[in-house]
Amino acid sequence: MDDLDLKLIKLTQDGIDLVPEPFEEIALELAIPEAEVIDRIEALMESGIIRRFGASIGHRVLGIVANAMCVWNVPDDRVEEVGAVMAGFGEVSHCYERVRYPEWDYNLYAMIHARTREECEHTAHDISRATGISNYMLLFSEKEFKKTGVRI
Amino acid sequence: MTQELELELDDTDRQLINLIQLDFPLDLRPFHALGDQIGISEQEVIEHLKRLTDIGVIRRIGPILNTKGIGGSSTLIAMQVPEDAIDSVASWINGFDEVSHNYLRPGAYNIWFTVSASSKERLHEMIGEIKAFGYPFLELPVTRLFKIGVKFEV
Repeated sequence: MDDLDLKLIKLTQDGIDLVPEPFEEIALELAIPEAEVIDRIEALMESGIIRRFGASIGHRVLGIVANAMCVWNVPDDRVEEVGAVMAGFGEVSHCYERVRYPEWDYNLYAMIHARTREECEHTAHDISRATGISNYMLLFSEKEFKKTGVRI
Repeated sequence: MTQELELELDDTDRQLINLIQLDFPLDLRPFHALGDQIGISEQEVIEHLKRLTDIGVIRRIGPILNTKGIGGSSTLIAMQVPEDAIDSVASWINGFDEVSHNYLRPGAYNIWFTVSASSKERLHEMIGEIKAFGYPFLELPVTRLFKIGVKFEV
C-alpha cells in the first residue's frame, strides 16, 4: 500500500457520493485517471486490505433489532469443528475464538442477529443442539454506545 | 436507536440492498451498471439509494477495511463498571477514535468495546490508558477467525 492508496481509502471510507461518476472527484483529488482509482481498489481487495467494497447496512433500521453476543465454553480440541458449525448458521454474522481466562472461561464468540430476542435464543439453542456444547451465555446488547466501521 | 421505524421498501429497494452489499460494481458508472442489472435507469438507482441512505437503511457505500491488512492491531475489551458510572465511562471510551463498537451488556462485565488501533504499539498505549482508568477489564483478542461480515437479506 502506497501513499496514494492510503489517500484513496481516506477519501472513500465514509462513503462514495451518490452521483453518476462517483470516482471522478476522487480521481481529481488524487490526480490519477478514474480507471486507476478502480484498479487500485481492486488491488487493495486482492491484497486483503479492503475486505469488501459495498454498502454497510443499518440493520436495526431493517427491524433486525435483537443482537446477542453468544459466548461458549468449548473444549480446546473441539474449537475447530464447533467454530465451523456455528459459522454455518445464517443468523451468525461473526464467529471468533478469543483468549480465555480462569475468571472468564468462554472461548468461542458468535454474534447472532434477529428480529426478536426469542429468535436469538432459538438460534443459540439450535447451535447448542448441533454442537453438543451446553455451556453458553447470551449477552444481549442493551445499549449501543458506538458503532462505526474500522477507519484509518 | 432501538426505536423501530415503519419502513416501506419496494421491490427495487430490496433488490438494490441485496446486490450492493457484496456485489457493488466497481465500474466508472456503478449506478448505471446496477440499473442495467435490474432493469431501471441510472437516475432511478441513485434516487432509490439516496432515499435508503436518508432513512438509515444504507449507512454508506465504500470500502470495509481489514484491520490486520492495514497493519493494525485489534482486540475486544470487557469492562466491569458500576451502574452509576456507565454513561460517563462509555463516553470516555467513545472518545477514542480507535473504538469502533461499544455496547452495554448484562453481567458483571457490562461494557464491551472493540478497539482497532493503527499498530501494536498504539494498542498497547491505549490498553495502558484504559488500565489507568481503574476499572477491572479483560482483554480478549481473536485467536482464530471462523466468520466475519454479513449480508442482510431483505
